[in-house]
Amino acid sequence: MTLVALPLLSATPAFAMHISEGILPFHWAAFWYLVLAPFVALGVRRLNAISREDLSLKPLVGLLAAVVFIISCMPIPVPTAGTCSHPCGTGVAAILVGPLVSVLIAAVSLLIQALFLAHGGLSTLGANTFSMGVVGSFAGWLAFRGARRLGGSLAVAGFVAGLLADWATYAATALILSLGIRGEASFTPLFVKVVLAFLPTQLPLGILEGVITAGMVTLLYRKRPDLLVKMRVITEKELPAHA
Amino acid sequence: MPERRRKWKILLMHLVLLPTLLFAFYFFTLAPKSWEGVDEAVVEKIAREHGREATAPLIEPGSGDLLLFGFLVGGVVAGFAAGYYWRQLTGKDK
Repeated sequence: MTLVALPLLSATPAFAMHISEGILPFHWAAFWYLVLAPFVALGVRRLNAISREDLSLKPLVGLLAAVVFIISCMPIPVPTAGTCSHPCGTGVAAILVGPLVSVLIAAVSLLIQALFLAHGGLSTLGANTFSMGVVGSFAGWLAFRGARRLGGSLAVAGFVAGLLADWATYAATALILSLGIRGEASFTPLFVKVVLAFLPTQLPLGILEGVITAGMVTLLYRKRPDLLVKMRVITEKELPAHA
Repeated sequence: MPERRRKWKILLMHLVLLPTLLFAFYFFTLAPKSWEGVDEAVVEKIAREHGREATAPLIEPGSGDLLLFGFLVGGVVAGFAAGYYWRQLTGKDK
């Protein structure tokens, strides 16, 4: 509660990305913290379980934490829109270490960004982590599993997962923002307005995130297919001949 | 003869590639907006229209290039961490 309340007490402009400090009213900021809490708790439990099962998975978690941090605060210019935005990275993290650990990774990344880079905010950390961590991770993970069930290759499933993780994250951001700032205004027109404002930037960026995700999954398949078997991304039958 | 053809191919490739690259860089200057972050251009703008202003972060990043320095340090640390873990995953000592 202190984390939510403190930033709301000051009132000068900030230059930030994600949902900036102070934009959400107190009750909405607290609500998203409450919604996020069980996911973070389950993420911690899952990470402990993974560490107990196999120590060799720790470098994979470390690698993905670094990747998510870099990707989610790297502004990429989109010439068609004339704006900059950033992918999320939670799609690839969810595929490789599971959606719950991916939520935890997103929470830590966004906390560091909020504290030291004025990127997002502490009062909006719950909301930002919910959209990027929870929605992005689960959308990416479900899309990947679904595409694999339908017979898609690793690259195709990775692309679909990255694309949908990105788009779902921004759809969730639009939802959170519309609910938080609408006041007496009706929800649907505002939600549509925010989604339409995101479209020119996030449509091409989602495709880029799909390419990055597909690239990372296939690269890991070539280098360490055994890790993908351990994390149940592929079955033992799908191991390459040389592995 | 094949050698000569290869040189022509390389020359042709450069004749296509260089103007394409130059146009790509020029294309960035034709953007309809000023490269604002989308969360500023969209989130903060719409929030302001509904009476919600962004407030200062808990730790003020200061002015000038301080924030740029912060991003650079963050990128370098995360980049080294990514490289270190990637080497652990794919190195001979895995």
